[in-house]
Amino acid sequence: MIPLSWYLIFAAALFSIGLFGVLSRRNAVAILMGIELMLNAVNVNLIAFWRYLDPVGISGQAFAIMVFAVAAAEVAVGLALVISIYRSRKTVVADDIDLMKW
Amino acid sequence: MATETINTIIWLIPLPPLLAFFLIVLLTNRSKWLSHTIAVGAALLSFIGSMVVFFQAIGVEHLGEHPFESSVKWLPMGDASFFVGVLVDPLTAVSLLFVAWTVLMIFIYSVGYHNYGQPKGDHDRPGLPPHGATLTDEHGHQHQVLSVEPMYSRFFAFIGLFAFGMYTLVLSDNLLTLFIGWEIMGLCSYLLIGFWFQKPSARAAAIKAFITTRVGDVFMLLGIAYLYSETGSLNFRTVFAEGTLAHLAEKASVLPFLSVAGLIGLLLFIGTIGKSAQWPLHVWLPDAMEGPTPVSAMIHAATMVSAGVYLVIRVFPLLSAGAEHGLTTTMVVMGFIGAFTALFSATIAVAQNDVKRVLAYSTISQLGYMVAALGIGAYVAAAFHLVTHAFFKALLFLGSGSVIHGMEHGVLHTGNHHIDPQDMYNMGGLRKKMPVTFWTFLIGGLALSGFPLVTAGFWSKDEILADAFAHGYWAVFIVLALAALLTAFYTARQITLTFLGEPRTVEAQHAQETPWTMTFPLVVLSIFAIAFGWVGIPEDFLGLHLPPNWFHEFVGSTLAHHPKAVEFNFIPLLTSFVVSLGGLGLGYWTYKGVKAGEPDPLAKPLGRLYIWLKNKWYHDEVYQRLLVEPAYWLAEQFTYLFMDRKVIDGFLHLFARIGPWVGDGLRQYFDLPVINGFIGDGSANVTQSLGKELKVVQTGKVQQYMLAALIFALVTLVYFLFTL
Repeated sequence: MIPLSWYLIFAAALFSIGLFGVLSRRNAVAILMGIELMLNAVNVNLIAFWRYLDPVGISGQAFAIMVFAVAAAEVAVGLALVISIYRSRKTVVADDIDLMKW
Repeated sequence: MATETINTIIWLIPLPPLLAFFLIVLLTNRSKWLSHTIAVGAALLSFIGSMVVFFQAIGVEHLGEHPFESSVKWLPMGDASFFVGVLVDPLTAVSLLFVAWTVLMIFIYSVGYHNYGQPKGDHDRPGLPPHGATLTDEHGHQHQVLSVEPMYSRFFAFIGLFAFGMYTLVLSDNLLTLFIGWEIMGLCSYLLIGFWFQKPSARAAAIKAFITTRVGDVFMLLGIAYLYSETGSLNFRTVFAEGTLAHLAEKASVLPFLSVAGLIGLLLFIGTIGKSAQWPLHVWLPDAMEGPTPVSAMIHAATMVSAGVYLVIRVFPLLSAGAEHGLTTTMVVMGFIGAFTALFSATIAVAQNDVKRVLAYSTISQLGYMVAALGIGAYVAAAFHLVTHAFFKALLFLGSGSVIHGMEHGVLHTGNHHIDPQDMYNMGGLRKKMPVTFWTFLIGGLALSGFPLVTAGFWSKDEILADAFAHGYWAVFIVLALAALLTAFYTARQITLTFLGEPRTVEAQHAQETPWTMTFPLVVLSIFAIAFGWVGIPEDFLGLHLPPNWFHEFVGSTLAHHPKAVEFNFIPLLTSFVVSLGGLGLGYWTYKGVKAGEPDPLAKPLGRLYIWLKNKWYHDEVYQRLLVEPAYWLAEQFTYLFMDRKVIDGFLHLFARIGPWVGDGLRQYFDLPVINGFIGDGSANVTQSLGKELKVVQTGKVQQYMLAALIFALVTLVYFLFTL
C-alpha cells in the first residue's frame, strides 16, 4: 500500500502549484483556477487522512463533499464577478482591476 | 347662654370685616352700593356679636378670675407651640363695647362723608379728593354740588380690614396675635392716610406715620421676643400668673438697673409710644389728618391710638410687677412721658388753626393722660378714660368732618377754591347752619374739657386727678391739671371760632347741614359722650352714699389684686371744676369777638411763644435736622458715594478687570497652545500624516494582498513552531 506521506507530498505539491498560480497569473480566471487547485489539494489531504487514520467514520468524506460544494459556489460567484468586471472594463487582468487603490 | 356658644361668637366677631374686605376687593368694587352695604353689614354683624358677648360678660360673677377663653394650636415650635386664642375678661369686654360702637358709627358716617348718592365729579380723579360736580336744574341754572368719592369701594375695603385688626387685637389672648392685629392696623393706617395718594402731602404723611410707628414696633417685637424667651409663653394669663411675674420681677436683666419684667415692660411701652403717639414719637399723628375724616376718627379714637394704650393697660400686671413698695422704673418713665405729652401737646393745640389738627393734638394730650394714669398705677382710671375718650373723640372727629363737609358745600357754592374749608378762621356762626353738628360737637367738646357732673370726660379725668392726688404724685397732678386747663381753653376756642359769633366768610354763610348718614352717628356718639361717664361715678362722691362704682368694680376685677378705689377728696374735685370751667370761660371770652381777617388774639401777648407753639415746638424741624438730614447724608455721602460707588463698585470693577485678565491669560497660554495646538490640531495632524504614510499599502492589487497574507501566515507559523 502506498504510504500516507506520498499523498501528503502530492497534496503539498498540488497546493503549491495552485498558490503559485494564484500569485503569479495575471488573468483573473487563471487565479480562480489556482484557487481550485488549492482546494483540491486540501481535499486530497482530507481523504488521505480519513483513509489512513479513521476509516470507520465518515467525517473526512463529508468534509470533502462540503469543500466541493463550497468550491462550486465560489467558482460560480467568482466567474460571475469576473464576467461582470470584464463587461465594464474590458479586461480580466487582476493588476488592472485596482478599484480599491488609495 | 352656654360658654361654648359664647366662645364661638367671640371667635366669629373679627371675621365679618375681614370677609367684607376680601369681598369688596375681589368682587364688588365696581358697585358702590354693594360695597358699602357689605362693609356696613359686616360692621353690624361684628357689632351684634360684640354686644351679645358684652352683655353676657357683665352678667358673669368673677369674670376676672374665670374669663371666657379658648385657644387652638397654631404654629408648632419644637416642643412648644404658638397658640391663637381669644380672651374676654372685663377689660376686653369694655374695650369691645367702645370699639363696636365707634366702628359701626364710623362705617355709617363714611357713607355720607364720601357723598354717596351724589353725581360723579366733572374732573375727579382717583387719588384726589372729589372736586364737585355741576348740575343743571329745570330752570337752566347751573349748580356746583359735592361729588362722590372716586375710590368709594376701596375706602370701605380698607376700613373693613382696619376693623378686623382692631377686633383681633382686643380679643386676642396672647401678645402674638395682638401684635398681628396691631400691624394690620399699622398697614391700614398707612393705606388710609395716603388714601388720596396723588396729594404729595398725603403721601408724605402716610410714609411718616408708617415709619414713625415702625420705630416703636421694632422695640415692641423685641419685648415680645424677650418675654417669650424668659417665660416660654405669650399668653396673658400664663405670663401674668403670680409666680411667673414674681420671677420676672426678681431676675436681673441685661441692663444693670432693670429687672426682666421692667425691661420687657419698657420695650412694650416703646411700642405704645409709637402707636399712641406719645412724645417723642407723636409727630406722625397730626400729619395723619391728610386722610379722609372718618379715617382720622378711626385712627385717633376708635382704634389705632387706643390700641397703644390698650396694650399697656393689658400688660399692666407686668409693668407693675415688683411694685409692692412704690412704682417700678417703667411706671415712672410712663408717668413722666405721659404727663409731659399731655401738657406739651395741649399747648400746641392752643395755637393751631386747622379744625382737625387741634383735635389731633388734643388726642395726643388725652392719650398722655391715660399713660400718665397708668404710670401712677391708676389702672381703672386709665381704662375708664380710654373708653370715654374713644367715644367723645370719635364724636369730635366725625363732627369736625361734618363741619368741613358743610364748609366744602359753601366753597362749591361760591366757587372760591382758595378758601381752606378746614381753617377755623374761615368759619364762624355755623351753629345756625348746622344745628345737629353744633349740638353734638358741643357735647363732645364739653366732654373733652371735662364739663362738671354731666359729661363722661369729667368723670374719667377726675378719677385720674383724684388718683394722682390721693397717692401724692404732686408733679403728675399739677401737670395734668394744667393740661386739663389748656384742654378746656382750646376746646372753647375751637367751638367759639367754629360755631359761635358771625360767619367770617361767605363760604361759612352758605354752609349746609350734612345728610342723616353723617348726623345720625354724631347723635348716637353724643349720647355715649354724656351717659357713659355715669357708670363710673365714685361710690362716695361728695361724701354721699351712691350705688357702687360699676366700672371700677368690673374692670378692676381684671387684676389679680383688686385695686382699691381712692377716697373722696374735695381738692382734686375742686381742681377739676376750676380748670374745666375756667378754661372754657377763658377760651370763650378770648375768642368770642374775633372778626374776619383778625389775627389770633393770643398772638400779640404771647409773642414769640405763640410762634413757638404754632410751629409745634419745632419738632418737625428738629427731627428734620437731627434725624432725617443725617439719614439722607448717610444715604447720600456714606452709603451711596462711599460704600456703594467706591467700595462695592470698586470691588466689582476689580473683579470685572480680573476676569478678562485671567481669561486672556488662559486663552493665550493654555487654550491656544495646549487645547487647540496640541490636543485639537495635534491629533488631527498625527492622524493625517499617519494616513498619508500608510496609504501606500493600499495598492488595490489583490495578489499583493494575498502575498502579504501569506507572508504573515508563514511568519506566524514559524513563530508558533519555534515557541511551542
